[in-house]
Amino acid sequence: MRFQLTGEQEALRGAVRGVLRRVAGAGSSWLVAPRGGAADGYSPAPFPGDARPGDERPRLDRGLWRALGDLGFFSLRLPEADGGAGLGLPEAVLVFEEAGRALVPGPLVATHLAAGQVPGAAEGEVVVAAADGRLVEWLEEADVVRPGAEGALPLRSVDPLTPLHRVPAPAPTDPVAVLLTAAEQLGTAARAGELAVQHARTREQFGQPIGAFQAVKHSCAQMLVRTEVARAAVYAAAVTADRADIAAARLLADEAAVRGARDCLQVHGGMGFTWESEVHLLLKRAWVRSERCGGGTESEELLAADLVA
Amino acid sequence: MDLSYTPEEEEFRSHLREWLAKVLPTLPPKPSPDDWPGRRAYDLGWQRMLYDAGYADVHWEGTPSVRLIFLEETERAGAPYVGANFVGLLHAGPTIAAEGTPEQRARWLPPVLRGEEVWCQGFSEPDAGSDLAALRTRARRDGDDYVVSGSKIWTSHAEVADWCELLVRTHPDAPRHRGISWLALPMDAPGVTVRPLRTLAGSAEFAEVFLDDVRVPVANRVGDENDGWRVTMVTLSFERGTAFVGEVVACRRVLGELAVTARRNGRWDDPALRRRLGRLNAEFRALWRLTQWNVSEAEASGGVPGVGGSVFKLRYSHARQELYDAAAEVLGADSLDLERPWVLDRLSSLSYTIAAGTSQIQRNIVGERILGLPKGR
Ligand SMILES: Cc1cc2nc3c(=O)[nH]c(=O)nc-3n(C[C@H](O)[C@H](O)[C@H](O)COP(=O)(O)OP(=O)(O)OC[C@H]3O[C@@H](n4cnc5c(N)ncnc54)[C@H](O)[C@@H]3O)c2cc1C
Repeated sequence: MRFQLTGEQEALRGAVRGVLRRVAGAGSSWLVAPRGGAADGYSPAPFPGDARPGDERPRLDRGLWRALGDLGFFSLRLPEADGGAGLGLPEAVLVFEEAGRALVPGPLVATHLAAGQVPGAAEGEVVVAAADGRLVEWLEEADVVRPGAEGALPLRSVDPLTPLHRVPAPAPTDPVAVLLTAAEQLGTAARAGELAVQHARTREQFGQPIGAFQAVKHSCAQMLVRTEVARAAVYAAAVTADRADIAAARLLADEAAVRGARDCLQVHGGMGFTWESEVHLLLKRAWVRSERCGGGTESEELLAADLVA
Repeated sequence: MDLSYTPEEEEFRSHLREWLAKVLPTLPPKPSPDDWPGRRAYDLGWQRMLYDAGYADVHWEGTPSVRLIFLEETERAGAPYVGANFVGLLHAGPTIAAEGTPEQRARWLPPVLRGEEVWCQGFSEPDAGSDLAALRTRARRDGDDYVVSGSKIWTSHAEVADWCELLVRTHPDAPRHRGISWLALPMDAPGVTVRPLRTLAGSAEFAEVFLDDVRVPVANRVGDENDGWRVTMVTLSFERGTAFVGEVVACRRVLGELAVTARRNGRWDDPALRRRLGRLNAEFRALWRLTQWNVSEAEASGGVPGVGGSVFKLRYSHARQELYDAAAEVLGADSLDLERPWVLDRLSSLSYTIAAGTSQIQRNIVGERILGLPKGR
């Protein structure tokens, strides 16, 4: 047993992190939430006229999508003969974790799962969205929607960087989609913890860094604990591909991301409550992901059934 | 990332399994929690069986993976716990092995392995708990002896111990961490008085130990004089390392039994209860994976458990309490009946967030040593 990253896996993770930092540019351009009004969703003006958050439609950055394609983000698990890298779920989980850390927008899971089935998906030429439970992310920006989105209606998405539609009939759950979602949540949880620790080290009140106060320090410690427990669960599920392991990974990763982002917000004080800071984007994305694939309820029921199987 | 074991490890596992299947039916009946001489004999007898079969030193000599397999299989098979051998095998023994002289190792280690001598841990004092370095038990040098006076508290297994790993202050004027020494105290020395304390679970699991001018040979000191704090840290890292592996396996078994019971008594029909148990299934699966992760990490870094143990202990101690709270929900009014299964376990689970470093102290460790946050003023 060597349940640690291999040298290749470490290298892959480092490379993906580097590329994401580069394509995002300094300051991660997509980490600025749209302000409403402008069609491209990136107008610097405050909400003009009647525009409210959730009305504006963020556009998917096709350049980013192709860059992800070049990186092998979508084709990673395809055999080398088909232009992929012939890698497995553990590697996929590592790159999705990085995407979650960087809050990369777009239907990443759907396009990854379409690689090799929908022409152009593997290369990042084609954007694929998927009905997942009762929701579809990025429907209007997608070139292909699987299995179809008859009767889809837009809703005012709580996450300014994830447009959502409701669909009438729920789609069945693909365990790999659950696992990759958990990996994204893991990355977001880790990011929330890092941001909180950074802030706790530098922000001073009462003449000392706030991280010296136990209430803040212990909150940061709990973020790390939740993240590391989730990490073990997500990586193990990637190795076993067992449905119960995947369900467990999902529950732990949802918790780590959602509670981590909330605690991160609290540590940031008033700054954490602003539209400007990155923190609300972490929380809102974590909320969107926790609704995927039937939500946590489905995983809890699966794990309950597993106990008496 | 690889969760499979080597052929040698699998062979170790299957031999151990066969051996357990053969010997467990021959064990004497378990003594009652209040029968301390009986418990001592039972725990030592089990250690002797392990010794005769070549498994006694698995905690010391085995690789972390082999230790993991050993703890997993013994728990699965329902074998006894280390019990009274805990300090000897997992605290004092490893410390002596790491820091003792050849003579000290030859004197103290074999009787632990053979199941002949029991050790206890005399660290905490009435005024030195979380703040262990505040300890005041005094050891004054007199020729070839130390003369020790003071008192210890919460000393588990003190009643049946032959030896106590004792922390004493040998230099009262030095900065507090630099005036402490580690002594092996014979519990039958004149001037040692043990007064058992009853825990909230009803049995006397720990004790107060009063030391009144007790003479301890200087030769019983492990490590240098006034270097006891560093020597102690070696022990504590073992305590938080793989000590809970078997218990995680046990918790997973209990969870399965809870689900079966809930199905039988109808509570399973309540989706809230079902989901609570489902979530606990996720929790203990994850804790098992974290154990495997930490074991692999220890293997890669040469065997000493790291601060990752604090992360594990924080989550596990809480999860264990959650498990037995869920058991109480399954049992309903029966959860108030001490004759029912899990009710005593629920009570003893309350100690997990206190013993071996409280949760608050663990959070300080994680915050300061892993995350690098500043100490408060
Ligand atoms: C079942 C059991 C078995 C034990 N066995 C042994 C044994 O064999 N040998 C031995 O030496 N000891 C043993 N102990 C003692 C154990 O190590 C101590 O109880 C523990 O370290 C806490 O010390 P304390 O009881 O003095 O509590 P205190 O240190 O007084 O703590 C009281 C409360 O204050 C909090 N607190 C204290 N300091 C801080 C801080 N800096 N920041 C935030 N919160 C803080 C604690 O978290 C706790 O909630 C055992 C304890 C138990 C429960």
